[in-house]
Amino acid sequence: MKRIYLDHIAATPLHPEALEAMLPFLKEKYGNAQSLHSLGQEASLAVEDARASVAALINADPAEIVFTASGSEANNLAVKGLALAPRDKGKHLVLSAIEHSSVLNAARSLDKLGFKTTLVPVDGTGLVDLAQVEKALTKETVLVSIMLANSEVGTIEPIAEIASICRARAVPIHTDAVAAAGGIPVDVRALNVDALSLAGDQFYGPKGSAALFVKKGTRLQPLVEGGIQEAGKRGGTENVPAIVGMGQAAEIARRLLPERAERLGLFRDRLLDELPRRVPEVVVTGHRERRLPHQASFCIRFVEGEGMLLHLDLKGIAVSSGSACTSKSLKASHVLLAMGLDHATAQGSIVFSLIEGTTAADIDYVLAEFPPIIERLRKMSPLYTEYLKERSP
Amino acid sequence: MIYSDKVMEHFSNPRNVGTLPDADGVGQVGNPVCGDMMTFYIKVKDNRLADIKFQTFGCGAAIAVSSMVSEMALGKTLDEAVKISNDSVAEELGGLPKNKMHCSNLGADALHKAIEDYRAKQAPAAREGEAARVAHPAHKTDQGCPYCEGPIDGTKEFCGKCQVELEECPHCGELTNKNAEECTHCGARIG
Repeated sequence: MKRIYLDHIAATPLHPEALEAMLPFLKEKYGNAQSLHSLGQEASLAVEDARASVAALINADPAEIVFTASGSEANNLAVKGLALAPRDKGKHLVLSAIEHSSVLNAARSLDKLGFKTTLVPVDGTGLVDLAQVEKALTKETVLVSIMLANSEVGTIEPIAEIASICRARAVPIHTDAVAAAGGIPVDVRALNVDALSLAGDQFYGPKGSAALFVKKGTRLQPLVEGGIQEAGKRGGTENVPAIVGMGQAAEIARRLLPERAERLGLFRDRLLDELPRRVPEVVVTGHRERRLPHQASFCIRFVEGEGMLLHLDLKGIAVSSGSACTSKSLKASHVLLAMGLDHATAQGSIVFSLIEGTTAADIDYVLAEFPPIIERLRKMSPLYTEYLKERSP
Repeated sequence: MIYSDKVMEHFSNPRNVGTLPDADGVGQVGNPVCGDMMTFYIKVKDNRLADIKFQTFGCGAAIAVSSMVSEMALGKTLDEAVKISNDSVAEELGGLPKNKMHCSNLGADALHKAIEDYRAKQAPAAREGEAARVAHPAHKTDQGCPYCEGPIDGTKEFCGKCQVELEECPHCGELTNKNAEECTHCGARIG
């Protein structure tokens, strides 16, 4: 059967060159990067090379890169590490309502330490309102954390503008760029942020590879305390193969990014334009222009996401959904609800996210296979029956 | 795949999908907030389920459960049909993932509600109380999380594993999703 992988936002395939770069460090180059002997130094040099590559991808200094084991860890380190860093300040955080659960739950755990969190709302396209950010800031605010791009709806937030507001009030700002880095140009200087999270498995690096950019001079409380690895910001033996793979993937991403974004952007636009033409009662979710080039997301009314996902899987097409049924917690996506969609519509969430190997033929196949699946599911949907009844006099 | 072959088979080729405009009884359970909604339509002849049709808005498990319930109940007497339990549906399907067990609850409940509706129409006053009891048999969860069925640390108000806020249903006493409008066990409105 044909296999079409359109689930970039869950994980990208490992680039063959990244795998090649990793292999020696899974085999003969097994030294601990902290060891003084030559095996250790070999590993250490490879880690520093990778650090330079990751830094170059986001226009950072290599000394500002802290490697972590996941985007979630990077987000936790940013939120807790910046909020808990010793400072004569208050205990107030400002987040957007559509942050990743690793940011939202990290902030929630700080509640127990007396922190208060303000969630800034988003509009119907998922955009954070600058005036609302300004309004949310108080003298007590110690951190603003707003994502650069949301994987579920593709919307790219105005982080540079938000950072200007924060700068004027001397409030540190972190941005979760896990969904963005590697897919769109990310420049920490232009964004003017104090911390930024990114993950290798979102740009063809291995799983278990991620990093937090921490601007020079920013105080950070480590989460994992141990040795002197990562300049004391994250203890634990470096995962050399993953770091090397992420470094190689960052190199490739930097080189290919403009061309890749342009090519995938055309496929994305075809999906965004054509799918609602072929299936009635479809809502395009997210912002039409300020959008990740590899992401096309919709809510298909009167059907539920998991049913679509399973039917597409039977046709060899792998996608994601933010419906309650596809989540283990059985709750609809907080992102879609924050954008003002009702529960029933949010249940019809479906996300197509394109990868390097996606072809025009893949998109044609999806556009051909998708409408009959929706027709079948709607035929058995009580909500669709109700809708038809209401429409006919 | 998270589902058994039997679940996938019923999901891919669901039996008895549709509506019955001249149904003798209709039962609807669930709501889009918890993700699933089912409507069962029944035709009764000589105290037997002569025809069953259903419509389901929900996940793969919900669709497969509806299909299986309709297949299990078709041709049975009403008394036999109300004995179809949530557990027996799940068993017949070769098991369901733990966090999808409540879908099987909905399936049997929707059928029971349709029978209840039919009986209420036949003899409104006498049957009401009894049918309501039959429709929602008690469940034993040992007060674990209704979704993962795992134990809940500390307070009973939150399952950290499933990230669900919980509360005790004022009607049946079982733990249920605090943010849902209906109890996941007895279907009582709690929102």
